[in-house]
Amino acid sequence: MIDPRPLDIVVLAKQVPDTHNVTGDVMTKDGTMNRNALSAIFNPEDLNALEMAVQIRERHGGTVTVITMGPPNAANILRESLWRGAGRVILLTDRRFAGADTLATSFALQKAIEKIGRYDLVMAGRQAIDGDTAQVGPQTAEKLGIPQITYAESVLGIADGRITVERALDSGSEIVRCQMPCLLTVVGSANTPRPPSVRRQMALKLAATPGEYAALQKRWPEFETVEALDAYLGAHDLRIPVWTADDIGATAETIGLAGSPTQVHKINFVVLESGESRTVAPTPEAIAAMVAELIHEYIVG
Amino acid sequence: MTEQKSIWVSIEQADGRIADVSLELTGKARDLADQLGYEVVGLLCGHDVEELAAEVIRHGADRVLLADHPELAHYRTLPYARVAIAEARRRRPEIFLVGGTPNGRDFAPRVASALRCGLTADCTDLQIGDYYLRREDRTYTNLLYQIRPAFGGNLVATIVNPNTRPQMATVREGVMRMPAADASRTGVVERVTPAFEPGDFALEVLSRQVRYSTVRLKDAAVIVSGGAGISDPAEFELLRDLANLLGGEVGGSRAAVDAGMIGRESQVGQTGTTVRPRLYIAAGISGAIQHRAGMDQSSKIIAINTDPNAPMFQIAHYRIVGDAAEVLPLIIKALRERSTDRADAPGAAVGEDEGAAG
Ligand SMILES: Cc1cc2nc3c(=O)[nH]c(=O)nc-3n(C[C@H](O)[C@H](O)[C@H](O)COP(=O)(O)OP(=O)(O)OC[C@H]3O[C@@H](n4cnc5c(N)ncnc54)[C@H](O)[C@@H]3O)c2cc1C
Repeated sequence: MIDPRPLDIVVLAKQVPDTHNVTGDVMTKDGTMNRNALSAIFNPEDLNALEMAVQIRERHGGTVTVITMGPPNAANILRESLWRGAGRVILLTDRRFAGADTLATSFALQKAIEKIGRYDLVMAGRQAIDGDTAQVGPQTAEKLGIPQITYAESVLGIADGRITVERALDSGSEIVRCQMPCLLTVVGSANTPRPPSVRRQMALKLAATPGEYAALQKRWPEFETVEALDAYLGAHDLRIPVWTADDIGATAETIGLAGSPTQVHKINFVVLESGESRTVAPTPEAIAAMVAELIHEYIVG
Repeated sequence: MTEQKSIWVSIEQADGRIADVSLELTGKARDLADQLGYEVVGLLCGHDVEELAAEVIRHGADRVLLADHPELAHYRTLPYARVAIAEARRRRPEIFLVGGTPNGRDFAPRVASALRCGLTADCTDLQIGDYYLRREDRTYTNLLYQIRPAFGGNLVATIVNPNTRPQMATVREGVMRMPAADASRTGVVERVTPAFEPGDFALEVLSRQVRYSTVRLKDAAVIVSGGAGISDPAEFELLRDLANLLGGEVGGSRAAVDAGMIGRESQVGQTGTTVRPRLYIAAGISGAIQHRAGMDQSSKIIAINTDPNAPMFQIAHYRIVGDAAEVLPLIIKALRERSTDRADAPGAAVGEDEGAAG
């Protein structure tokens, strides 16, 4: 049975470095990472969360709002969210958010979600590929004082203010029913995110944060001034709102580095041990000799 | 109430069995506690699980906090977190270790958030040490060093929580060694009474399906792993053939898992399984630190890679610079020929060999 009530959904998304392409030139000689050589992408499982949210809206009606906390250029994933079906997007950005660990991040997200106000569901990817911690979802749920359903694989139904979800665990699966509002973290196998819609991309290509107006106006000289561009974006609902720490009422000691109980004590360079080792040519003879040696040493056989 | 400082371990159990990772962490907690003069406490939630407490003590705990209640029969976030949060607020542990299982990764952040304390996921080592904080010109002593690979490169980060307690960390199964059970150890079992609130039951489990994983990577003597260098499923089949021939298991890097070549339960590394086989064959795996963290204790490592500068070569015992699609069949062939040479070779292997040789 379909719940006739429309649902308001908040999706949490993160822009992450594309760790799949961490090879070669991305690493500098001293072993540190050359972040500029990495492209920034929409965290994959956050796309699954957005897709699940859009599918729920298609069935039940309601709203899908995407929030991201990140640097100013994280607006890129917000535009992508709009193209993929989000109705509203918000960028949380402030120098004071920098250096946040998962606890401080969840504080900022809590404050932002509370500023949005009404919501039935909060949805996020299971984890972000740059840290794989899977902590921000549960920590945000705890701060909001709502239950969490991690590893959500599919939504089986929504009725009477409760959502029924199948969870995919390494050790099996579970079907749970939970009162809303609640928070879901979504696994990558949940769905195949729809590609950005060409129609929405055309209609929403100018969506921008105020920080991007100047650059945008240069690319679109038909807007003679930044003010003219701003007026156009306002009239067409293309302004991406930016919220700072003050806007969400986050106090300095709860956010950023100051709000992060974890601190990096040191970073060590790992010296690889080149113990006893040998190069084996990729020829039948050399490989056969290696296999013989392994059998002789009882490593195999 | 105890004045004694303590290290806690969350004891995960299902169907009357304690998860290996919980006992591994109990052993690690024992080592750390002995350095510090602390007590090791196992937090055991469940229903009719009292007899498991003795096992926790045998593996190194001094005390078991036992929350035995019908509502705790199966893991659910809010009831389990309720017990942990209430007891941690009362007893103030210094350190709290949780297994990096699906349940542990659901539970630990919920608890850490409520206690407003730091949490480090998927540590590959835990140590005790000091930390000088320049801003305060102060040295914090006896902190938990939470050590994990840092993103990219050959970097390992040491994380500390100077100002908040408990210092929380999750660790995957297999990272710490299983301690030997010591039947002569004694300890205290202390019952705690959960004080649930109605909201704790907002979620009900309608059904539960347990899938016993057929993948036993952790205990395999031989593991043949593939990475992004194995580009198509047919090539991945070569890994399976080789693993079958060696009586081993097939593993993969995260890149191979993400590409759908192999299931997530077969991922080797920091956020997968930690393995220590007699032989580890890494085919088309570059050797990122997160992967090496899960396999660098292998007795013998064979690396196959087209790139002579792949980091995996630096820890390999046998370095084969070449295309895995060509090298793997050569190894398979050499193994089959060896087994036909031997008088005790099984007939099946001889039979199979005909196809490959012909
Ligand atoms: C927080 C975090 C946690 C992570 N946890 C894990 C983890 O648990 N396990 C894990 O594995 N990774 C993990 N990673 C990812 C890790 O950093 C690497 O991205 C990953 O291990 C790379 O996999 P790969 O070696 O298969 O791919 P690549 O790095 O792309 O390497 C492919 C290799 O194949 C070689 N190659 C190409 N073609 C051939 C051929 N025909 N024959 C032979 N060789 C060939 C290439 O030279 C290259 O060396 C984690 C990353 C992060 C950020």
